[in-house]
Amino acid sequence: MTLLGTVLDHRSDQEPFVARISTNPNLPKPMRSTEALLLDDEGDGDYTGFRAVFVRHGDQATTPHIVLPPDLHYLGAEDVVRYNPHTGNFRALYRRSSPNNSLLVTERCNSKCLMCSQPPRDIDDSYVVDALMEAIPLISRATPAMGFTGGEITLLQDRFIGLLRATKNYLPDTRLDVLTNGRLLSYLQYAQKIADVGHPQLILCIPLYSDVDTLHDFVVQAKGAFDQTTRGIINLARVGVATEIRVVIHQQTYKRLPQLAEFIARNFPFVAHVALMGLEMTGFTKANLEALWVDPVDYRSELSEAVEILSCAGLHTSIYNHQLCLLPEYLWAFARQSISDWKNIYMPECDGCSKMRECGGFFASAPLRYSSNIKAFIDEGHRYAVK
Amino acid sequence: MIELPLAKAFSHPDAYASGATYKLLPFRFLRYDEARYLITNLVGEYKLLGTDEFRAFVGHNLATASTLFYDLKGKHFLYDDVSDASLELLATKYRTKQSLLSNFTALHMFVTSLRCDHSCPYCQVSRVSEDRSAFDMTEETASRAIDLMFKSPSPVLKVEFQGGESLLNFGLVKYIVTEVKQRNDGRHLEFVIATNLSPLTDEILEFCREHSILISTSLDGPEELHNTNRPRPGRDSHQRATNGIQRVRDYLGRDRVSALMTTTAKSLTMPREIIDEYLRMGFRSVFLRPISPYGFALKSAAKIGYQTEAFLEFYRTGLDYILELNRQGIPMREEYAAIVLRKMLTPYPTGYVDLQSPSGIGITCISYNYDGDIYASDESRMLAENGDHTFRLGNVHRDTYEDIMASSQLLPMIYDTMAEGTPGCTDCAFQPWCGTDPVFHHATQGDYVGHRPTSEYCAKNMGVFRTLIDLMEGDPHAKTIMRRWAQ
Repeated sequence: MTLLGTVLDHRSDQEPFVARISTNPNLPKPMRSTEALLLDDEGDGDYTGFRAVFVRHGDQATTPHIVLPPDLHYLGAEDVVRYNPHTGNFRALYRRSSPNNSLLVTERCNSKCLMCSQPPRDIDDSYVVDALMEAIPLISRATPAMGFTGGEITLLQDRFIGLLRATKNYLPDTRLDVLTNGRLLSYLQYAQKIADVGHPQLILCIPLYSDVDTLHDFVVQAKGAFDQTTRGIINLARVGVATEIRVVIHQQTYKRLPQLAEFIARNFPFVAHVALMGLEMTGFTKANLEALWVDPVDYRSELSEAVEILSCAGLHTSIYNHQLCLLPEYLWAFARQSISDWKNIYMPECDGCSKMRECGGFFASAPLRYSSNIKAFIDEGHRYAVK
Repeated sequence: MIELPLAKAFSHPDAYASGATYKLLPFRFLRYDEARYLITNLVGEYKLLGTDEFRAFVGHNLATASTLFYDLKGKHFLYDDVSDASLELLATKYRTKQSLLSNFTALHMFVTSLRCDHSCPYCQVSRVSEDRSAFDMTEETASRAIDLMFKSPSPVLKVEFQGGESLLNFGLVKYIVTEVKQRNDGRHLEFVIATNLSPLTDEILEFCREHSILISTSLDGPEELHNTNRPRPGRDSHQRATNGIQRVRDYLGRDRVSALMTTTAKSLTMPREIIDEYLRMGFRSVFLRPISPYGFALKSAAKIGYQTEAFLEFYRTGLDYILELNRQGIPMREEYAAIVLRKMLTPYPTGYVDLQSPSGIGITCISYNYDGDIYASDESRMLAENGDHTFRLGNVHRDTYEDIMASSQLLPMIYDTMAEGTPGCTDCAFQPWCGTDPVFHHATQGDYVGHRPTSEYCAKNMGVFRTLIDLMEGDPHAKTIMRRWAQ
């Protein structure tokens, strides 16, 4: 989802660093201190001044450069990476070519959602924020949108505010989506601090799984979470920070989708967006699969009613991670292709489907369990009789 | 105990469940029919409960893991120790619902002339007279009224020209628009001319285009009905109105003209024909409005009046037809239903003066009569034309803004008639959707508060609320259509 971690063979005494990839070996020397040169093969130019030199092809035993394994060959100019030469740990923090840059800021969390795709770890990972603070000034200013994800970003407290300031100062034209459970935003002062940053394009994306406190608390496995999250949403409205509500649909949430939609329309009519999302077969979902899985065709009526309630209330509403063949046609207008470019796949049942270009397909993790109702749209009208 | 196939590290629903007890949040109820109770919370969210369900709810005997318990919790009828954020959410919704109050008076009506070329029996005030000096507002009067209007703290000022026939004094309309724009201190301005369209000229249209002025006119239905309701020399009111509507659209744009209808006894049998006429004229909404019991309408009551039940039957037939049109894919909306549905289905307030509590008189709208007298609403100056000056708040030439708003009888009238406290309303389940109308009750029952069991205001609104609930509860498709209207 976020930090692609790989362990390289290379080791040295050099300190861990964050650098931007350059593919220009002739880059003027004064510009090299923030850059890591990426070459296909070992060259013999003057590479002094670069933070590091990465090569796609070479023998680590003989070359002074850092050799990248094939699964990192996609890296290109203006990507931003972190490398720890002591451990060989390499991470791509930002990819210039991806429209979905989502930066993991911490793995710590104060909830433990049944279907978490990024299971939390209680570790000191504050070095990640250090790296991001270095990375943000290196990220292309032309990036249209970017996200922070976790873990729970608000656990960083003032360091989250620092990240917001950095993105505002270095990436003022970039929309920033921040995933948070909103629980700590029940402290109005903290919500106010976020507002005070004055980020021009900030939206906080907050999951809400039920209109009923106990049912939401169960899904996120935290007593009092509903209370805190709903207060957090109200506080954000109070201080003028835009919010999106995210609902993951599964066996424990689908039955009250219409009531949840009404609850949102009544209590949070100010939210900028409501996203109704399908289950991703990863993280804790795998462990709790039998308690979570429901075939999307079995909640078509609840989903339809929820979308109708939200859209009639004038709320911008999207359906994520749902294949078109599982949705009634009048919901297609709400379905978005939301799965990251490098994550989506199609099933054998999709072969020959005429709607593949409009359909978001599946997460790469989906083969574990997916609907038995997937079927290709065969568009007879567009078949050419070439034979 | 609910056992789910969860991994070991996870807790089961019981670990997060409510205890056996719960607390009630403020709500009102009424016996809806033989088998059901209607309950509404502080902000107008509602639910119909079976008698046994209702008894269990109020008796604190609901099972706290039941669907009904969840429904009532989600709609803020009850809460328990798990979370009290509902109190904050309710408070936020209540403030939202009353948010227009803090803006104060937004709608300012200027009666530019009482003269009119029509002699409609339901009209309260118009005079067929050539005497300009007696019934036209002067620039001096208008100028003072504009001064007073800008004393209102409202960020939006809506200037509506009323009559008589407002355009018979078009010179003054021009003067007021120009002056208001010149004196504007940063408010958002809107201008509306209420007119029967018969004096419409290209000059007027050009002026409306230049200043983005909206037109509001009267269309009572098909030609014969309209001309009977709205007599004028030549019996050509309908033709003038429909031609005028077309000209306004051609000149200013499709949505720059709206129309209102008044239901007379003759209209009662013709709901479909009236709606068809609105369709024929390209309107996408119609406001099925009962006759107002003011002014000349009171005197003509025997001829053109009717009982509330007859109006409700007309209303229901019309509404059914409009829903049927929607089912065919023809978008059409009934405006009164839309106002009420907004109160039922959204957290937002409406600016509709006659359905507010506290009453909107003076504090939502105010009327400057041609002679400089100031009235608390359009209806109250109509009463005045029949000699009842109860709602006259002062005169633009003699009184200050502070006198008019704070020292007149206005504030007591508003306090005393708040539905939250008046007999019959205070505990009525319909109250969050309803309002209070001191002018109506003064006119029909002789006191501001009125007597609910015999109030036609009460009977009409209760009838409309029940009609809308019946439709939404009985027909999911109707509910979809009505959800759209509410927005």
